[in-house]
Amino acid sequence: MDLNYSPEELAFRDQVRDWLSKNLPSELKDQGHYSKEELLRWHRILAKQGWVAPAWPKEWGGTGWNVVQRYIFEEELGYAGGPPLIPFGLTMCAPVLLRFGTEAQKKRFLPRIYKGEDFWCQGYSEPGSGSDLASLKTKALRQGNEYVVNGQKIWTTLAHYADWIFCLVRTDATLGKRQEGISFLLVDMQTPGITVRPLILMDGAHEVNEVFFDDVKVPAENLVHEEGKGWTVAKYLLGYERMNTGRIGESKRQLAKLKELSSQKISSNPRFRDRLSRLEIELIALEITNLRFLDRMRRTGQPPGADVSMLKIKGTEIQQGLTELAMECTDPLSGDEKSLALQKRYLSMRKTTIYAGSNEIQRNIIAKMTLGL
Amino acid sequence: MNFDYSEEQQLLADSVRRFLDKQYGFEDRKKIIAGQGWSDEVWAKLAVMGLTGLPISPDYGGFGGGAVDLMSVMEAFGEALVVEPLLPTLVAARLVGRAGSEAQKKAILPAVAEGRLRLAFAASPRGNVLGAPGAGTLVVQDGADLYLVDAANVRMKPYRTLDNMAAAEIDCSVSKGDPLVKNGKNHLEEALDFATALVCAEAVGAMKFACDTTLEYLKTRKQFGVPIGTFQALQHRIVDMYISEEQARSMVCLACSKVDANEGPADRARAVSAAKIRIGDAARHVSQESVQLHGGMGMSEELKVSHAFRRLTVIARQFGDADHHLERFASL
Repeated sequence: MDLNYSPEELAFRDQVRDWLSKNLPSELKDQGHYSKEELLRWHRILAKQGWVAPAWPKEWGGTGWNVVQRYIFEEELGYAGGPPLIPFGLTMCAPVLLRFGTEAQKKRFLPRIYKGEDFWCQGYSEPGSGSDLASLKTKALRQGNEYVVNGQKIWTTLAHYADWIFCLVRTDATLGKRQEGISFLLVDMQTPGITVRPLILMDGAHEVNEVFFDDVKVPAENLVHEEGKGWTVAKYLLGYERMNTGRIGESKRQLAKLKELSSQKISSNPRFRDRLSRLEIELIALEITNLRFLDRMRRTGQPPGADVSMLKIKGTEIQQGLTELAMECTDPLSGDEKSLALQKRYLSMRKTTIYAGSNEIQRNIIAKMTLGL
Repeated sequence: MNFDYSEEQQLLADSVRRFLDKQYGFEDRKKIIAGQGWSDEVWAKLAVMGLTGLPISPDYGGFGGGAVDLMSVMEAFGEALVVEPLLPTLVAARLVGRAGSEAQKKAILPAVAEGRLRLAFAASPRGNVLGAPGAGTLVVQDGADLYLVDAANVRMKPYRTLDNMAAAEIDCSVSKGDPLVKNGKNHLEEALDFATALVCAEAVGAMKFACDTTLEYLKTRKQFGVPIGTFQALQHRIVDMYISEEQARSMVCLACSKVDANEGPADRARAVSAAKIRIGDAARHVSQESVQLHGGMGMSEELKVSHAFRRLTVIARQFGDADHHLERFASL
């Protein structure tokens, strides 16, 4: 048993760290929310270096790194404090196209995703279909060479920045098994009939939206995989290798900042200090758990499966715990910008246990897949 | 980075598990507890398998193994809720091996490795000592000094702990003993970190048993015409139990590795205290939930899960509870 990275892995980490320290603009660090321009600026810096989509096949721009290198890279990226790499194109739409897309679809979309020319968003949730996603109702009726889409998506993150949306739509409402009538469709956000309406969250930020489809005509060539196979596509994405679900690097950065912020409180308030210690230990444990899964993946070549659910549950609980303690370092009645930012970050991070499959859904997945319940 | 056991470690773990499966079942254990509280026959087998000599230097008949080598053994002990006083013996042997003179090592360590001698460690000349009733020699701490005291010179009032381990209230005079080391603070801290890391590994084994047996119960126990494991309220709770177990296991990997790494006492102490905090919290969580999900049956003396509950309750506080280690973690 050896918990340490190999000398080669350490050298790789130092190389990544060194590059980040020279190439991540300081004005892009540690903001809660980023503009489209800021997000794309960072995306393009990484694309120029050839590092924006490490997991893609080499012919499309992937780096050929192994799983450990990719994990190290993502952790360093999080630890450096830069803007997030928006996943919808890079790690959601692209893997789907690589697995199920036609050659034409790959050639049309992948290079633009890589270069940051198209901004993507994800059309899954609907007002009546959250955790029960398979009940979705947005209709897409085939008429000649087009689908006509009618319905509504909700909680669509960054739809107001997006050029494209990938959607799960119902192409057949007559089938007994409702998963079978769902298809995976790529829609140009400029198409007439699409309306984006902001949903402002409790921290005051505009991050998510409602997206309305009113007789939106989508070329049939934008269907991915076969009609009625959208659920298969969505499930494939769930099992897609994600190294960074636990957000270890980001949480390490937040922990270091929190310790700095609360240094006085740590020495004067042992109750606070102990809560912080427990959280730090959860993070240490999660990092090792993550490495254990990674090591197993490297040896067996198996995708992580339900392990990812555990990383999501613990990772988000830690993220929330950190912002909660940071919030507690402020005066509850304060009005200064810095304090309010910490308080609002606490508000904002409540979303993490809800989005991307709520932590309750993650527990259902573990119960079913790992425990056989 | 590699979380696998080596081939040797895996072979040892497999043979220990096979032995415990065959000869240390719940009924066997009951008989041992009803008797003197440990089994000389089992002890002889442990010695033959090399467990009593595992962390002892080859110069004294051992195998020179470390905490990681013992990790899987302790996990297997935890699963079977073994009551044999291996850990007290190994902790005391560690102190002899690190602090003792050549003559003392020669007198004690080969006998331990061969299974002829059990040891125990007393944190003071008067107090409660785990494993004392079966020990031939005690390592006794008096202030910062350590002494070897022959069990014949120790007054003992034997009893059983909450989790059915053989222990004794002892009273001895170190002036009758053989001085092991003056001011052995560093040795003590190292040996106790070693022991703490191992008891954490044992806890993970007991947690594994508690989780697995509870999962089995959820799948078989029927109420309202269905297995109770179909209820989401219970599914989520057992998922959280397994997550606790996994997080605890990760901390055991860290603690045992740091004990073996020799990167300095502060690094080691920090990892061990962090592990003990996580294991303390996880032990309480998993043990309480395993009893709750078993319903009334979980309270019953007849079920092994209630014994796992007791073992985990004791381990959570043994070698310092979470509060103690939080204080230590913060000071490092």
